[in-house]
Amino acid sequence: MSMTYDIRLRIAYAYDSPAASSRAMLRMMPRTLPGQQLLYGVLGTDPAPSYRRDDLDFFGNATTQVAHDMRLRRIAFSFEGRVRRSAFSGGLDLSPRRDALARELAAAASIAPDSPHHFLGASPRVPHEPEIAAFAQETVEGGMSTMAAVDAISRRLHDEFTFDPSATEVTTTPIEAFAARRGVCQDISHVMIGALRSLSIPAGYVSGFLRTIPPAGRPRLEGADAMHAWVRAWCGTEMGWLEFDPTNAIRAGTDHVTVALGRDYSDVAPAKGSLRSAGSHASTHQVDVIPV
Amino acid sequence: MAEDGTETAPADKARARLLDGYDPPPGVADELKRADGSLRPVWAPLIDHLAAQSSETRARSFARGDQYLHDAGVYFRQYTGQGSTERVWPLSHLPVVISGEEWRGLTEGIVQRAELLERVMADLYGPGELVRNGHLPAELVARNPEWLRPIVGAEPRSGHFLHMLAFEIGRSPDGSWFVLGDRTQAPSGTGFALENRMATGRVFHDFFPDANVERLAGFFRAARDAINGLRGDENARAAILTPGLHTDTYYEHAYIARYLGFMLLECEDLKVQDGKLMVRTIDGPEPVSVLWRRLDSRFADPLELDESSALGTPGMVSALRGGAMTMVNCLGSGVLEARALMAFLPRIARALLGEPLKLPNIATWWCGQGAERDYVLANLERMMIGPALSTKLPFDIDGTTALGGKFRGAAQEPVADWLRREGGGLVGQEAVSLSTTPAMIGGRMVPRPMVVRVFAMRTPEGWTVMPGGYARIGRTEDPTALAMQAGGSVADVWVTSKQPVRTETLGPSGDQPYVRRRPGHLPARAADNLFWLGRYVERAESGVRLLRAWHLRLEEYGPGTVPVVDSLRRFLRGFGFETGRAVPPHLLGLFDSATGCAAKVRDRFSNDGWNALSDLSASAHGMATRVQHGDDAARAMSVLLRKLAGFAGLVHDNMFRFNGWRFLTLGRALERADQIAAVLQVFAAPDTPPGGLDSAVEVGDSVMTHRRRYAVETSRSTVIDLLALDADNPRSIRFQVDILREDEARLSGEVSHRRVDEAARRILTLQTELAVATPEQIGPERLTEIRSRLAGISDALTARYLS
Repeated sequence: MSMTYDIRLRIAYAYDSPAASSRAMLRMMPRTLPGQQLLYGVLGTDPAPSYRRDDLDFFGNATTQVAHDMRLRRIAFSFEGRVRRSAFSGGLDLSPRRDALARELAAAASIAPDSPHHFLGASPRVPHEPEIAAFAQETVEGGMSTMAAVDAISRRLHDEFTFDPSATEVTTTPIEAFAARRGVCQDISHVMIGALRSLSIPAGYVSGFLRTIPPAGRPRLEGADAMHAWVRAWCGTEMGWLEFDPTNAIRAGTDHVTVALGRDYSDVAPAKGSLRSAGSHASTHQVDVIPV
Repeated sequence: MAEDGTETAPADKARARLLDGYDPPPGVADELKRADGSLRPVWAPLIDHLAAQSSETRARSFARGDQYLHDAGVYFRQYTGQGSTERVWPLSHLPVVISGEEWRGLTEGIVQRAELLERVMADLYGPGELVRNGHLPAELVARNPEWLRPIVGAEPRSGHFLHMLAFEIGRSPDGSWFVLGDRTQAPSGTGFALENRMATGRVFHDFFPDANVERLAGFFRAARDAINGLRGDENARAAILTPGLHTDTYYEHAYIARYLGFMLLECEDLKVQDGKLMVRTIDGPEPVSVLWRRLDSRFADPLELDESSALGTPGMVSALRGGAMTMVNCLGSGVLEARALMAFLPRIARALLGEPLKLPNIATWWCGQGAERDYVLANLERMMIGPALSTKLPFDIDGTTALGGKFRGAAQEPVADWLRREGGGLVGQEAVSLSTTPAMIGGRMVPRPMVVRVFAMRTPEGWTVMPGGYARIGRTEDPTALAMQAGGSVADVWVTSKQPVRTETLGPSGDQPYVRRRPGHLPARAADNLFWLGRYVERAESGVRLLRAWHLRLEEYGPGTVPVVDSLRRFLRGFGFETGRAVPPHLLGLFDSATGCAAKVRDRFSNDGWNALSDLSASAHGMATRVQHGDDAARAMSVLLRKLAGFAGLVHDNMFRFNGWRFLTLGRALERADQIAAVLQVFAAPDTPPGGLDSAVEVGDSVMTHRRRYAVETSRSTVIDLLALDADNPRSIRFQVDILREDEARLSGEVSHRRVDEAARRILTLQTELAVATPEQIGPERLTEIRSRLAGISDALTARYLS
């Protein structure tokens, strides 16, 4: 089974006191991966930039750096394109027991981008937190397979967290969200990543889109979707990386479209900006994921 | 002398007296004495020189060195719980003496290590084979916060990642040298080594010249030429990138910039434009193609590295990857500083170079491996155990380190449990006893532990090592308290030769044809600081004059009796000078602001100028604590005025007319014109109280001139004529606007085909109006208008040059 989507993403900023120049780093272009194909896509900025450079980052995500040598009251970055997604196979748990994972890790002598070693230590947005580690420890049992442990953490987080966009911001730390047991996909994913790493299970962050299905009989609202985030965990040499969506307590599937992979949000933020300006700014995100 | 036994008895006795009580602790090597207690020959000349001195002579010599450091303004930044302060430079006056022969051996080891580190870095940011082949555990790289993923795959334009390195070395009890730490990120200390040399040269001014000590200038010349050689394009610049004023080594950044003639830049001076690195100057963006980076890598670019960095330049990484510049050293070089790396370097050396390390490093065991962890556990007594990825030196012990099986701080869990739990996060390092070297403490020569930082620079001919170094010496016998922050001191390192050494200087010799160097581009931020320095100093001077006028009248008439006394007080308060205190805090604030601006452009400021300004500020602060209202304060203000005149004299008589000077002058002229206009608004108004006109003339420092010029009492016309319109009076608005006109024209003259721009147009208009005005036309409203025009000129100058 496969799905094809037309995807639109628009991120816009407005500034009170614009700076003389600005520069931004964008990661908005969906990846091509096993099970996912970017059929076509265009990334644009409005107004057109003074400078643009497209590249791939360490983890293979498409990056675009744009610079504007002009004062901007508003700026918009947009992606439009079509992605085909096919269902993952699997279901059989072939992952090693948790206590056997370390051996497989040690055998993975690599610092290449797909190496699990990048996803074990603290990362900029996911520091080591003893409370989250304790939570992880009490959630799993000794004899569990790695995959079962990941699943258990994902489900428990889903059960205990209240999805609440008003509770957190993009800069909220995992421990703050964890203490409140509230937040959005970014927060829940960060907490889960921290929990898995504390169990020595390599875990990373995925940013992307989730197709939302409108309530029966109601039309789909334009631009009402949001970018989504979920978690990938390394479940041993045999199974490799598996993706879990703790916000919805499901495995990532044909409804999920991956844009970027990284250690945490800081590696994959769709738009990082730098404006030499002191004033306040406002931003809007609009996302449409339309099945074709 | 020592070897052939021909020394005479009195010298022998003097030597014995000097060395009396110099007893190195057992089981360590001593720099001065051999194990059998005899003096090492390389020290003999220095020891005999010292022994022949009376203690008074010696004290005077030491004081000469301290005076040099004081005059040069060398300081270090001491951090306390409450922040940081500048402290006196803690020079240990006795150098560490090392023979040229021994040094040559060391040099070979250092060069080998530099080459090895280059190869390791190239692999970690390239193919990653060290990890794949099992020479280095993946997690030590992947978890190292200094291994910067955005740099992976980058190919340095120069062909090399590393250009300038430092190594912390110590001597073990068997007399051999070993490396305690590699300084690859942004090594500091070359400038401090040079300052220590200058000061120690002063201390031993009658001995040093003939002591056959290898000179340092050759190394700096090689460093400068090597860095300039990396530019690629003759028109592009090399610069030093500093995190700024609040870094502990800022003094050194400014010092080296001045000494070697590089621009000193902060990240905000830089921008990336069309993939190239540019410095914002008063003439617009200019290319920079080499950065001698003194800023830690991860702060360099908020877009691709630490996103919370307020110091960085967005796009820096992209420019580096694109080959727009060379960095000394390449971003990401801090990965080589991790302690744990030293556990693997001996093997890596054999794998990459096919030979063992010539200079061993401190024995290190990474506790992520079972056998190594067990070994550390079994030998806790002689281990320092700490974080594997820490970049601190082994002896730099904090709360996260266990020494001899114990933590220094409060009781924590047993070390064995810690090791089992944290394993891969820890290393054990052998707690080797460092050698001791003589220090003069309390008039006696005593042995103190030491480490030496040595420096290597890549040149087109290969690595060159500075013949000397930067020694750090413990305050006590405790080898874990070497750091300056812990009260340690620093010393010069003398590498001596048997033959007379060549006296070297930085430049080519005098009989070669000279070239006049194009004046460097002035970064907009530096210009802005100079402009505001000019404004603040002038604003302070105006305040001092007003305060003096007020205090004098207060003394004469008392408060509340004569209207002009109150007018002056109200006027002062209008400018923020609260008169409750004889020396208002606002005045001190102005001096602080001026010093703050000057501190940010230390590399462009003479020591004399800096010292004059510091003295001025310190005097004002001192007066504030003791001066009384009235005559006492008036006299204090006179003292400040004389010091201000001294500073102005240094600036205006001694400073070369670089563009930087023009900004200082523009700031001063703008501020003075505005201050005069403000005074005239009130004290030359038709309703000014009796004595107001005289106050204006007095504050305008024009009493004598007025008397000579007009031979009548002050009237509105004469005062306005003299202080607003007179083109020959340096205290008139017109005179200052003429200065604005002249200096702005010279600034913009460098691009003469340009149309007259906003700033020039505004200045010219005001100048013309003042030239044709009569005193009767200059009433309070007109003065208000003049002041707003001056503000407009300031804004236009800022927009044109300073942003």
